[in-house]
Amino acid sequence: MSDSAALHASETARVEPQAHVEVQGITRVYPPVAGNPAVHALGPLDLTLRQGEFFSVVGPSGCGKSTLLDVVAGLAAPSEGTVRFEGKPVAGQVPEGIGVVFQEDASFPWLTVYDNVAFGLRRQGVNRGDLAARVDYAVEFMGLKDFARAYPAQLSGGMRQRVCIARTLVLKPRLLLLDEPFGALDQQTRLLMGDEVLRLWRETGATIMLITHALDEAAMLSDRVGVMSSRPGRFIEVLETGWPRERDSRIVSEEAFGRITSRLWSLLREESLAAIGGRGAKA
Amino acid sequence: MPVWLIRLIVVFAAFGLLEIACRSGWIDAYTMPPPSLMLVYAWQVLASGRMTEDILLTLQNVGAAFVFAVVIGFLVGVLLHRWPRLRRAVDPLLASYYAVPVFIFYPLFIVIFGLNNWPLIAIGFLFAVVAMVINTLNGFDRVPRVFFKTARVQGFSRPAEVWFITLPAAAPYLFTGVKLCVAYAFIGVVAGEFILAGAGLGYEIAFAYNNFDNRTMYGLMVFLLVFVTVVNMALHVWERKLHARRSRGG
Repeated sequence: MSDSAALHASETARVEPQAHVEVQGITRVYPPVAGNPAVHALGPLDLTLRQGEFFSVVGPSGCGKSTLLDVVAGLAAPSEGTVRFEGKPVAGQVPEGIGVVFQEDASFPWLTVYDNVAFGLRRQGVNRGDLAARVDYAVEFMGLKDFARAYPAQLSGGMRQRVCIARTLVLKPRLLLLDEPFGALDQQTRLLMGDEVLRLWRETGATIMLITHALDEAAMLSDRVGVMSSRPGRFIEVLETGWPRERDSRIVSEEAFGRITSRLWSLLREESLAAIGGRGAKA
Repeated sequence: MPVWLIRLIVVFAAFGLLEIACRSGWIDAYTMPPPSLMLVYAWQVLASGRMTEDILLTLQNVGAAFVFAVVIGFLVGVLLHRWPRLRRAVDPLLASYYAVPVFIFYPLFIVIFGLNNWPLIAIGFLFAVVAMVINTLNGFDRVPRVFFKTARVQGFSRPAEVWFITLPAAAPYLFTGVKLCVAYAFIGVVAGEFILAGAGLGYEIAFAYNNFDNRTMYGLMVFLLVFVTVVNMALHVWERKLHARRSRGG
């Protein structure tokens, strides 16, 4: 599959007919605090996520990747510009249909795995039969069936992140935002978790936006990869990987994977140097 | 050797050493009876029923001081957490609070409340309340920010977020505050009874002491010691279970 996998580049993310998320001209500026000047963290930036695609965002540290995710999710308001999810503006709160998985361990330590996964459904007042069926499915889907009665403290970091994914999955999100969810995991676990996410993506048909600092992760998982500049973050290029929908972590041995990763690094190296104020930036 | 066994050995060794010291005459019998006799005295004092009213009075005052300390300490903790500027302003006062000997206010409380139970309750309350404030702040500070983000993603209202996330997440620290309040309320009330009261366990111990009534004095002391230790250990075990369930593995 890889030999046919093409590597395309475009200047900005294009507006597609089946746009699921439309981000137009957003900026995020943090006002001055205690004598420190205002910080222009993000943008102006445009982005369109196509219905059902897997889009990853990579960029140097501090470029505003997570800020972008917060704005798309409705967790933070843009200073300028608009975000639309399924045609409706995202303003002030997280719309129904959006799920977010964070880098930090967000499993609730006072609840069992089962109760963690059921948490949001209970709050929505879903009836008992439906709740049990959906939780059982999500728990089994994420390979947690044997740990349903365990507490998060009894699980490894990777397992706890599965709990967080299951808790999001059970709410049937149509847009799944992943904020470096595997950042704290070791390399092998990250690859395997990548497979899990690809399986989840195929089976649910959800649109996924993944924020990551791992270029190999972005190259392996994504239909498109948006490369951001150093702060204030803008997209300097969006690469189309051309991978088929049926894929897994074994594509890391493909030739095209190397080309994509190499291209991402060549774009990011200069930006990363600029971000740390290093020598040779833009050289 | 399991920890609980070492603990038992330490307790029984101390008990045994004291017993030997008393029985062999190293400590004269009039100064301190052997611990085994103290237990007998405690049983006799309790069985006679003559101290029941005092015990109930002390427990009632401790209970009132404890409830006020927990409720008001929690509310003040919430207020300070919600208002960081006020918190910064009073932080040094909270840090040096236990340097203040609150018993000096006892005469003032008698002037304010009169000669009744309230001055004692006020002393117990003052002794305990800051432990609850500090532990409430500690608990709320330690709720991971990502939990609040999760609450927002799941569409929680602010009250629902507090009830379903903030409180359970802070629970182990709140419980530590509650445990400390029990201990401090006991210390405050019993010590207050020692100084100036007409009834209660502290008063009866002081009264027995002044009248050379060693049996009653040691009997009540042992009863109080065992009672407070058992209550505190039960709370300690519960607290450890709460923390252990949450301590993250690898």
